Amino acid sequence: MDQTGHTTLAEWTPGDAAAVEAAAIAFRAELDQGLYAVVSTGEGHAEQVRELPEGAELVILRRPIAGG
Amino acid sequence: MSTAPVLPETAAVPWRPRLDAARLRRRELGWTLSTLAHTIPFIAVAVVMLYLEPLSVPVAALALVHAWGIPALYANRGACVVRPRRRGGEGPEEVALGLLGDLLGHEARDLHARTGLAPERGALGVWLVGEAGALLVRPGGRRVDCWCVKVDAADLPSADRTAHLLLALREDEAGFATVANLAFSGGTWRLRHRLAGPMRPALAAARAAA
Repeated sequence: MDQTGHTTLAEWTPGDAAAVEAAAIAFRAELDQGLYAVVSTGEGHAEQVRELPEGAELVILRRPIAGG
Repeated sequence: MSTAPVLPETAAVPWRPRLDAARLRRRELGWTLSTLAHTIPFIAVAVVMLYLEPLSVPVAALALVHAWGIPALYANRGACVVRPRRRGGEGPEEVALGLLGDLLGHEARDLHARTGLAPERGALGVWLVGEAGALLVRPGGRRVDCWCVKVDAADLPSADRTAHLLLALREDEAGFATVANLAFSGGTWRLRHRLAGPMRPALAAARAAA
């Protein structure tokens, strides 16, 4: 999620090793920037992930929150 | 050993004990006692003055205004946490709304479209997530807690700011409430008066669901 609404950083399919590798690199670069990766795990639930989950349909990168 | 997920942002507030239902109840009790401490002395002053000197009606009325007004100011602070912020460009807002809509169910998406608040049921009650804060309607619907919490990026579209908070809440509800600042806790009726008109249906829906 960013100023444009959201940007697709990478797309992959589990069988495509090159795409997965490229997605994993992009994923790691965003985490290094301080973002958190979240995967929806059913209605009302989400889980933070630290490695690219190859089987996930969607991984969302979110920024840290803080008390206002 | 607990394997429950912990919101990483809680590491930034190590002095705060992790919130749970019992701690939240204690904090709410503190708010109730604080409200009484602000209210009762002014009511007592009004009563005593009228008893001693019936002509002191204006002063007694002033004391009663204070008794009403101070909790109302706190409620106003609570309502401010979900006050809409400045909108970004129309294009990014629409894109962000699409992503937020994907995260919400049909009814929640409809409520967000009408009120700007995204409902989310949690273990502590029913949440209404806004751009820079969230309301927690407690079970029974008579009390609401207002939490000031935001994503540190003012340039994001408003729906994106809501989505960030919603995802963090879904990751770890107790951690979310630990990171957030409690701006107000009190009667739902008191907050309702201070809430922007378009947002009131969301509060009513959360009360009904809580």
